Parts: sequence; C-alpha cells; structure tokens
Amino acid sequence: MSTLFDEKTPLTARRAGLVSCHHCETLSLEREKHCSCCGASLHGRKPGSLDRTWALLITAIILYIPANLLPVMRVTSMGREQADTIMGGIIYFMNTGAWYLAVVIFLASMVIPTFKLVVLTYLLLSVHRRSERKPEERMRLYRLTEIIGRWSMVDIYVVAIMVALVELGSMATIEAAPGAWAFALVVITTMTAAMSFDPRLIWDVMESPG
Amino acid sequence: MLDPSLVIACRGCDLLHRVQPLPPHGVARCGRCGSILYRHAQHTIDQTLALCVTGILLFVLANLFPLLVFNLHGQVQEATFLTGVKTLEDQGWTGLAAIVLATGMFAPFLHLAGMIYVLLPIRLNRRLPGQALVLRIVQRLEPWSMTEVVLIGVLVAFVKLSDMATIVPGVSLYAFAALILVTAAAMTALEPRSIWERLKAQP
Repeated sequence: MSTLFDEKTPLTARRAGLVSCHHCETLSLEREKHCSCCGASLHGRKPGSLDRTWALLITAIILYIPANLLPVMRVTSMGREQADTIMGGIIYFMNTGAWYLAVVIFLASMVIPTFKLVVLTYLLLSVHRRSERKPEERMRLYRLTEIIGRWSMVDIYVVAIMVALVELGSMATIEAAPGAWAFALVVITTMTAAMSFDPRLIWDVMESPG
Repeated sequence: MLDPSLVIACRGCDLLHRVQPLPPHGVARCGRCGSILYRHAQHTIDQTLALCVTGILLFVLANLFPLLVFNLHGQVQEATFLTGVKTLEDQGWTGLAAIVLATGMFAPFLHLAGMIYVLLPIRLNRRLPGQALVLRIVQRLEPWSMTEVVLIGVLVAFVKLSDMATIVPGVSLYAFAALILVTAAAMTALEPRSIWERLKAQP
C-alpha cells in the first residue's frame, strides 16, 4: 500500500501540518499563504464551505419552485398560444411517441436537479451531525453529483435553439418564458453549491481527537 | 520527514499518498475514499496542442455555419448558436442569454485558447507572462464548458421541431460534434500536475 494509513489516526495533509494547493496539488507548509508552485492562495479546506453550500442550496430550492411551475417556452402559432412547462414538454414527447426524448428530458430536468438537491442536503446534514456512517458511499454520491450536474442544462439549450429557429412572424414564433430563467439559475446554483462543498469535511469529522 | 514533491494529498479526503509511476492508461485512486489521485499522462504536449488548435478551428467553423435549418411552408430560418443567444437577448432574457453564451461559447473557447497560451510557449522553450494565472483560470473554467450538453440540446430541439416542419441539420452540427470529441480528448490528455511541473521548470 502506498498510503500512510491507520484507521484511527490517518495521516492526512492536515495532520502532517501541510496544505495541498487546490490547483496544482503541491503540498506546502500550513503557515504558507500562497502556493510555492503556482501562486494560488492556499486554504486548508474550502473557505466557508458549509455556509456557502447551505446558502446556495437554499437559493436553489427556492428557485426550483418557479422553475417547475412557470412555463419555459411560449409557442405562438397561427394566433394560438401555448405555454410549456418542463413537465408539459415531457408529456408532449410522450404523446407524440418520442418516448426516448421524454426520458432524456425527464432525467435531465427533473431527476437530476432533485437528486442534486437531496444529495447535497444529505451531505451537509451528515457533516453537521458528525456522522461516521458509510463515508465511502457519501463520497460516491458527491462525485456523482459533480459529474451529472451540468446535464440539467439540456432544456435551456433546447429553448435557445428553438427561439432562434422558430421566428417566422405570425406563422409561428417561440419565446422563452420565466421558467427557463429560473431553471438556468437552479442549475448554476446547484453546480456552484456542489463545487463549494468540501468533501474532506466528511472525513475530518470522523477523526479521533488529538 | 516526507519529501512534499513525492507526496500527494487526496482531494476527496486529504489522505497522503506516495506518488508512484503508472502503467499506460493507469489510474491511481485513494485507498480510503476512492477518489482519483492522478492518471497516467496519455498524450504529449504536441498532441495536446494539436487537439487544442483543431478545437479552435472547429469552434470558428461551428459558429460560421448554421446548426439547424428550419423550413415551414416555404419560410426558411437558420440558427447558429449565436443567433440563439441573440434572440434570447432580443426577447428580453438578457440573463439567460448571458448564461447560455458563457457556458456554451466563452468557457469552452477560453479553455482551449488558455491551454494554447500555456502549452505553446512551453513547447517552444519560452515563457510568457501570467501563464500560471491563465492555467488556474483554465482549470476553473473546465466544469463550466458544456459543449456536449449543447449538442444534446440541439438534437432534442431537432426532434421536437421535426413534427412541426422540415428540419435539416447544418454543417455546424457535425463541426460541433467533432469539437466535443476534440475538446474531451484535449482535456484528458495531460495530467494537470505534469503541466505545472513543466511550467515550473526553467526554459
């Protein structure tokens, strides 16, 4: 094993009095303020991680409501107007037989954002409660959250392309609607929340004191 | 005491590990939490530079030509990525247009351009001012570069609109797909630590 690893007192950088640079991963002494290799400012743990993650997460949860209730697109065709929410779009695909697209949008715009909100809340609570349960699983959840986050943006790009293409005056026009803006903000805030959470905290709270 | 240059701390759980050489395509994972520590560097600087330059060219191409062409009863409308952004802005959704532009265009472009700024001088045995800063910016931009998501979005729009009217893929769609593959290859090509090491070494 190439690790210096003992269950009760694992040799982390922190215990060894070292700080790892966030960018170039060079280890420096913990009293240093800037990385000797790349010049970035050094932090033992992501600064204000828990506070920032909570703030972003709560913002995301609040925005999630209009993102789903308000329409993301307004289609005006021959005088008729139709506003589509995310759910409406999914149902449209199901009705027109493109079930595979219904699944794609359902996963990207409903499952993934909900998953991220739930997982981040769970991770934050587990750190606050100093939980020692299944840290490897929590790490896997965290890594998964980071990877899939961006895919929720699919619907936003769908709207962007559709508004550009369907600009045929009174025959047909598509306009973006408030739900799209709220949804884009949900994706941005959840991505930023995941990035501001420091997973090392999961392990910090488990270490035996001293 | 441990020599810090031969030791790495896990990003996921801060555990210290000795850095060891890897076989081709090898990946080192943390013994405690499973996070990836480092990978075997797949490509040389030359290959990475070639990928980045190709990426930039594809980028320009993808924005000059239409992604999709929409034809409803003889009325034709073309769209590039930028016309999408402009239309959102025209409709008053400036914030949304900004997010789409930033994630679909600025971030990927700056990522590629930044990599060239960092790697090309290294290759030519010179140094340019601010390379370390540019490399840090490039690393920060990575998660915000969403070209693959844009492509899926365009494809979904394609299917959605094909009910309504005749819709034809444009040249850019293929350029965009190629751009994604090239960017993905460029991003995974070099191990970040090795770039930093080369940057540190005097020309």
